[in-house]
Amino acid sequence: MKLHEYQAKQVFADAGIPTPESQLASDVDGVLTAAEEIGYPVAVKAQVQVGGRGKAGGIELVENEEEAREAAESIIGMDLKGYHVGQVLVEGAVDFVDELYIGITMDRGEGKPVAMVSTKGGVNIEEVAEEDPEAIAREHIDPSFGMHPYQARKAVYDAGVDKAVARDVSSVLTTLYQLWDDRDGSDAEINPLMVTDDDEVIAADAVMNIDEDALFRQPELAEMEAEAASGGDELEQKADEYDFDYVRLEGNTGIIGNGAGLVMTTLDLVDHYGGEPANFLDVGGGAKADRIANALDMVFSDDNVDSVVFNIFGGITRGDEVAKGINEALEQFDEIPKPVVVRLAGTNWEEGMEILNEDLVTVEQTLEDAVQRAVEYAEEGQA
Amino acid sequence: MSVLVDDDTRVVVQGITGGEGKFHAEQMMEYGTNVVAGAVPGKGGQEAAGVPVYDTVHEAVDEEDADTSVIFVPPAFAGDAVFESLDSDLDLAVAITEGIPTQDMARVNKRLTETDTRLIGPNCPGLITPGEAKLGILPGNIFSEGNVGLVSRSGTLTYQVVDNLTNRGLGQSTAIGIGGDPIIGTDFVDALELFEDDPETDAIVMCGEIGGEDEEEAAAFIDDYVDTPVAGFIAGRTAPPGKRMGHAGAIVSGSGTGTAESKISALNDAGVPVGDTPEEVADHIEEFLA
Repeated sequence: MKLHEYQAKQVFADAGIPTPESQLASDVDGVLTAAEEIGYPVAVKAQVQVGGRGKAGGIELVENEEEAREAAESIIGMDLKGYHVGQVLVEGAVDFVDELYIGITMDRGEGKPVAMVSTKGGVNIEEVAEEDPEAIAREHIDPSFGMHPYQARKAVYDAGVDKAVARDVSSVLTTLYQLWDDRDGSDAEINPLMVTDDDEVIAADAVMNIDEDALFRQPELAEMEAEAASGGDELEQKADEYDFDYVRLEGNTGIIGNGAGLVMTTLDLVDHYGGEPANFLDVGGGAKADRIANALDMVFSDDNVDSVVFNIFGGITRGDEVAKGINEALEQFDEIPKPVVVRLAGTNWEEGMEILNEDLVTVEQTLEDAVQRAVEYAEEGQA
Repeated sequence: MSVLVDDDTRVVVQGITGGEGKFHAEQMMEYGTNVVAGAVPGKGGQEAAGVPVYDTVHEAVDEEDADTSVIFVPPAFAGDAVFESLDSDLDLAVAITEGIPTQDMARVNKRLTETDTRLIGPNCPGLITPGEAKLGILPGNIFSEGNVGLVSRSGTLTYQVVDNLTNRGLGQSTAIGIGGDPIIGTDFVDALELFEDDPETDAIVMCGEIGGEDEEEAAAFIDDYVDTPVAGFIAGRTAPPGKRMGHAGAIVSGSGTGTAESKISALNDAGVPVGDTPEEVADHIEEFLA
């Protein structure tokens, strides 16, 4: 789960990390009032959770009311990489001499958190990591002790941060780790951490991603998530309501299955047989009939979909429940909206086949056959 | 011989009084697993699935000589349950639970360096030695006895591949689901080492997926140390960068690490053929054993 910039900045500011003065606005008047109170120049920043907002026209630096109005009119309501911009952050511009990067993430290879510092801030840090890995100082942290103060200093010195601000940067890094640890972060980043000509450090951007599996013990952040969820893809929001693991893709063959690895494999087979997957949808383990019906509803709601392949290999999921759910979902239609191919295997598959209304679906015995049939239907549907 | 579990294994089920714990304890016993106890705080003295329940894992070890734990504890308490199993002098702990916070697993990961107990999982289906015993939730009826070792990050994909093998008469020595989380106990390299040392395993299937670098590490290990022939499968070739495909660990990062191409080419370089479909994986195994 990703916090919006304004939410992450609030969390950082509450912990004592210096951030520029800012206000949230959702219309032109709001932007103008905020800019007046903060004082020009200000940055007007789209609050959507995608990278590269600046390049996509979602961030404008403005000097006066006229420019602020123009920026507000163009950014509010715009479609930024598929996300509707409903809110902007109006923020006092920082006069900087240097841009740093600091971040904390989980190094899954090591199974440990790692703190990272670089003097090459302000640009895409993943590109820096690729092209100039030496430019990022890394310090692994033992999670049972937390980050020792010397580790923060070491990372900052190793990165070559100017001595005049090293102490303050170390202190911000220490706070950032503390936040990451207390708030079940998956990533916490400040890029850029700006350095002013009088040696102040200020967090000009803020990234805070939270481990979804830990939201049960982060009630305050879970509330922010509810707030942050607005503005995403409509179908992905629906998937959240149904509590499915769902990813929307570009193609026209809809895919439903149980278990992440098997669903990914089904996607790959659609591609292998010349089709294009429309989505990833994992119903999870032990799905009952109503959940199966919801899954079909999800995929039917996607206008791009021309056919659906339903691939269930039951372990804790039972074939009879799946069949019941498919019947329930399809029997409510006078005409089936899109052809559905079903492949059932594993626990209770025979019971499932007895229940399944074969007038409404096409049944295949193997994964390979089911995928090929669905791809054929998708091609016909498109034609 | 078999890998990690056989019919002498003495199992304590943590969370045996919960719905899943009880159901799968019974299923495991039906398959032939020697479940000797349950452990649930506050439920000591009761009985569940026909075995005595203790308040702590320590008691189950003292009273029933349990040497292995299978964990069906809800995610909020599962990190603690894993610590309890690691601190109870067991040989093996298998964590089935999905959704344990990653930071809890980072702490568990540290403890694993200080204990002799092996952990499998979390977020895994467990493991099975067909005809002898199973630990976890795998449906026993699709497996058959044989000489193919299987290790996989995904549960239902394991079932799919096993089905393809069993239908061809290619039975399994042991199948291990290592789990789809970013931080896990036993990884591919550990499992490959066990199969390489097992005289009853003559071929190995390794099912990986996008995310992380475990498959690349496994490929390097195979190149250096594994003589048993290995066939691979990688799920997620069509996954777009930056989107998490269900498993917490299955994500291609923005900078392009963790891609299927990188894993497939690393495996191919180590002499491991990678099937485009599960059926092709079975083809390779059939060739190895011909």
